[in-house]
Amino acid sequence: MATVLDRGLERDQPLELKAVGRRRRGFQRPLLYLLLIGIALFFILPMIFVFSTSFKSDTEVFTDPGLIPADPGLENYQMLLGGGTPFYRWFLNSAIVSSVGTVLTVVLTSLSAYAFARIDFPLKNALFSVLITTLLLPSVMFLVPHFKLIGQMGLYDTLPALVLPGLAGVFGVFFMRQFFLAIPVELEEAAYVDGANRFRTFVSVVLPLAGPALATLSVITFLAFWNDYLWPAVICVDNCTLPAGLRLLQGQFTANYGLTMAGAVVAAVPVLIIYLALQRWIIQSVASSGVKG
Amino acid sequence: MAGIESAQKERSMAGRLFGFARRRKKRAPTDVRRRIGESWYTPYLFILPHLIIFILFIGVPFFLGIWISLHDSTALREGPFVGFRNFENLLSPDSVHSARFWTTVWNTFIFVFLSTPLLVGVGLFLATLLNQRFRGRNFFRGIYFAPWTLSVAVVGITWWYMFNGNGGVVTRFLQDTLGTSPGWLTQNPWAWIAILVATLWWTIGFNTIILLAGMQGISADLYEAASIDGANRWQQFRHITIPSLKAVLLLVVTLQIIASFQLVGQPQLMTGGGPPPTETTPVLLHVFNTGFGGRRELSLAAAMALIVALMMVIVSIINFRLFSSERS
Repeated sequence: MATVLDRGLERDQPLELKAVGRRRRGFQRPLLYLLLIGIALFFILPMIFVFSTSFKSDTEVFTDPGLIPADPGLENYQMLLGGGTPFYRWFLNSAIVSSVGTVLTVVLTSLSAYAFARIDFPLKNALFSVLITTLLLPSVMFLVPHFKLIGQMGLYDTLPALVLPGLAGVFGVFFMRQFFLAIPVELEEAAYVDGANRFRTFVSVVLPLAGPALATLSVITFLAFWNDYLWPAVICVDNCTLPAGLRLLQGQFTANYGLTMAGAVVAAVPVLIIYLALQRWIIQSVASSGVKG
Repeated sequence: MAGIESAQKERSMAGRLFGFARRRKKRAPTDVRRRIGESWYTPYLFILPHLIIFILFIGVPFFLGIWISLHDSTALREGPFVGFRNFENLLSPDSVHSARFWTTVWNTFIFVFLSTPLLVGVGLFLATLLNQRFRGRNFFRGIYFAPWTLSVAVVGITWWYMFNGNGGVVTRFLQDTLGTSPGWLTQNPWAWIAILVATLWWTIGFNTIILLAGMQGISADLYEAASIDGANRWQQFRHITIPSLKAVLLLVVTLQIIASFQLVGQPQLMTGGGPPPTETTPVLLHVFNTGFGGRRELSLAAAMALIVALMMVIVSIINFRLFSSERS
């Protein structure tokens, strides 16, 4: 998992050449910071506006355009969580779907990945090729058949409907297999000599070594489940997750920005907290796995 | 360069599937290694849990999608088998369905053509900016990347509010300073610009960190040598950075094209696909509306989705070919 990002950040800047007697710099320092801060404002200001608006009542939104609310209140959050909307249920659904989906994805894909990395069996390569090829298939072609299939299973508008299709993805298999291949096989052979069977070896030797990869896969999967929008929007009516619920909120309370923005804040805050805590590591994970959101 | 290398490995593996990379020598079938005392079914116990769900939710839907597209069903009733009629309707220029479908395909293409250079160009600029040594560089990198962690629903709602004609932040700011503001979400080209801004805000961090990782893998010696030879910063960028980044750039462009093809949430939440009837409706939103809104014409939506999927797979394969020729 060590990435070039790591090395680069610790490395001394190559562009300074004292030997030439001229300090090479891309931009004048104050100008550079001005630019950096200006760009940072572009990324931060919309979030601050959303946050601030979520504390304004539906009339204050129009009478009080200030960035800091003159009379901040929790009425939007009270209405969201106090039964005026199914918001509480959406939040709970998001939490359940994301955690269950993440645990199952990590368990299922790492089991499968281990067999593809370490055990030989007939048609292994053919099967793996089929799995990998499906990485190329765009998700749009599965919307209608998933909708039909889930309906036939009687799972329409249920939590399993939100989890199951996501578990079929093969990215985790590919990702974990790469990692397992890099673990020295001698470690497993030692365990085998000591009488451990495959499963035991996998659980007590391989998995502990795969900690960083499992963590990366977990975070990426959790974000994917938490943020997924299109599929829940297709399948849910009452049992929505937050992203799909936000769309319903927007449609129902068109001019009540404060309420909709409070919903956006609640949907954003958990991932932003995770991001704040693990920022550097998440960036490395994304750079090393090349997952596009 | 773990990230970029593994991505390239992935690509070359896919390349192998399409038969344009060298083939690995086949191992003799007798040489299947198995531990003594291990049953033949052990590997299957490992792969089966995932494989069952894979078959159920990728294998079956793959064929079910084709099956549905050959019928005339809606969400409410099972229709009769109609062969390729849905496809004929979508492909023949004089049918009602095809005009709207191809308008939305065209909208998606416009978005891909506008967004790809923009997001790769700005990504290059930000990566260059962050590839210098200064205090607080991790801090700025962290801020630029932050929106990427949000759901498209949050992004869409945020920018719907920012650009809204009825008390939105940008609109109000322009009215206060310039006295007037365009109808960002209701008039073109402003609606497309608003969608581009939201997309830039959301995903530029991704392109930036991938390109930044690539830049940090370039040897410092190259810049030193160029500097001694008197190359200025632009010349170094043009003749060292860009050529060294070629593989990474191709990766970023590929991922960007595919991501832009999938545009749906931003217009759905910001413009509703308007100005009417479909000026900012990308094809995915049209598929969504056809299959899951109004008359819920599932079969027609399935046929559209297959045509779009085929286009995307072709784009991917072209990119993989570029990749493998780049590497050899």
